[in-house]
Amino acid sequence: MTNTILENVEFDNEGFMIDPNAWTKEIAIELAKEEGIDDLTDNHWKIIDFCRQGATDTGGAPTLRSITKGTEVSTKELFQLYPKGPAKKVARISGLGKPEGCV
Amino acid sequence: MKTFLILGGGTGGTMVANKMSHHLDPAEWKIIVVDENENHYYQPGLLFIPFGIYSPADVVKPKRDFYPQNVEFVLSKIEMIEPDQNRVKLEKGKRMITYDTLVIATGSRIAPDETPGLLENGWHKNIFDFYTIEGATALSRFLKFWKGGQLVLNVAEMPIKCPVAPLEFLFLADWFFHERGIRDDVEIIFATPLPGAFTKPRASSILGDMLETKNIKIEADFNIMEVDNTQKAIRSYDEREIPFDLLVSVPTNMGSEVIERSCMGDELSFVPTDIHTLRAKKWENVWVIGDAGNTPTSKAGSVAHFMLDVVVENILRQMEGLEPSAKFDGHANCFIESGFDKGILIDFNYDVEPLPGKYPLPGFGPFSLLKESAVNHWGKMTFRWVYWNMLLKGEEMPFESQMSMAGKWK
Repeated sequence: MTNTILENVEFDNEGFMIDPNAWTKEIAIELAKEEGIDDLTDNHWKIIDFCRQGATDTGGAPTLRSITKGTEVSTKELFQLYPKGPAKKVARISGLGKPEGCV
Repeated sequence: MKTFLILGGGTGGTMVANKMSHHLDPAEWKIIVVDENENHYYQPGLLFIPFGIYSPADVVKPKRDFYPQNVEFVLSKIEMIEPDQNRVKLEKGKRMITYDTLVIATGSRIAPDETPGLLENGWHKNIFDFYTIEGATALSRFLKFWKGGQLVLNVAEMPIKCPVAPLEFLFLADWFFHERGIRDDVEIIFATPLPGAFTKPRASSILGDMLETKNIKIEADFNIMEVDNTQKAIRSYDEREIPFDLLVSVPTNMGSEVIERSCMGDELSFVPTDIHTLRAKKWENVWVIGDAGNTPTSKAGSVAHFMLDVVVENILRQMEGLEPSAKFDGHANCFIESGFDKGILIDFNYDVEPLPGKYPLPGFGPFSLLKESAVNHWGKMTFRWVYWNMLLKGEEMPFESQMSMAGKWK
């Protein structure tokens, strides 16, 4: 499979985009596929948009709690939209760095 | 007369009070510290209480003993901070203090009510925290006569105070059950929201290997949804279930309730703070030290100590009409007690993850970095004396505030 969209995108060794400004919606769609989400619904986008917005204010990817508080999507629902690790998955799909959980 | 107000008289607040009392002219400035609790707990010591290594008396002293004479200490709850009006309302006597400079050192607290079921019938009976004196003491009583079973240590959510404390708890538990001769009867499981033992890759892999060697199982990426003490299990959002006989929880950590009431915090009630100058993002005359702020660093006393010089310098600069200098690098330095009278040391900052090597310390060291040694254990045990007698008083210590690469292997 050729993936021309991701061809020129640079990632760090954990798979996060190096330059968040190079992010486009097309890239997000491809990254979502890599994360096992074939179809990004409006609810998915609502969260991605929130993360992109939040990142411009603070520079880092938002934590799980700030996503649920900011979007009023419940944690349970978030796990249904982005199974396993939602915070990390959304950060990656949104072209942001790893969420700053701690340390 | 101007007022220098410090909210919170714990590690950060006490250090600031001591340092500033040397710098401020008492004819011009009055220093006030407000705290609602009379006791100062040596918080790293709480970890040792469940295993009977320390008793509660070993970790507590009166807060008043650590403030200089020219500082007024007010024992009161804080009702409200009004940073736009430069004033703080206290509960006691409904006193209102108007300040010229404010330092927020209100710390962080555990919020077990954030996890459904955690505070129900098992709290401090077969479910414990060890971040409070009450939790640590109750757990020590429980462990004294426990015959074994499944011990689950769960971290509810990051960030937490001292992110290595859960690992130390696990290592010490392994040692404790060995000593008691019941290690074979205890299954130890570590359920963490992190992808591994720790946040940073090198340390995570080395510490992860240590867990494995000690036969401690790790359940990674575990985001707790609820505690069910009837079924004796915890469940995650992705529908994993872990049964337990004894649950040790590190609940969600949040900033002080007064920060929330005053609408000064983020979603966890931590005050948004400039990560290099340590000034509150919204208010020019408000400074934040320690874990009351949202700086992405370890919420630990060592970090508050490394913040101290930067905060004090910037406050003094501001008093002279100068811009703050952006010097804080996120430096953290933690001894990790690993059981059997050994310990590990890690030293890192915003940009450099914990690395192996040697930590040079004239007169004491070197300490081994990211590696077990008896000297590290000795360092950890000696630190309690250093804390009470040197650190809180803001005395010169033989470490630099900024991290150094000396001795570290890349």
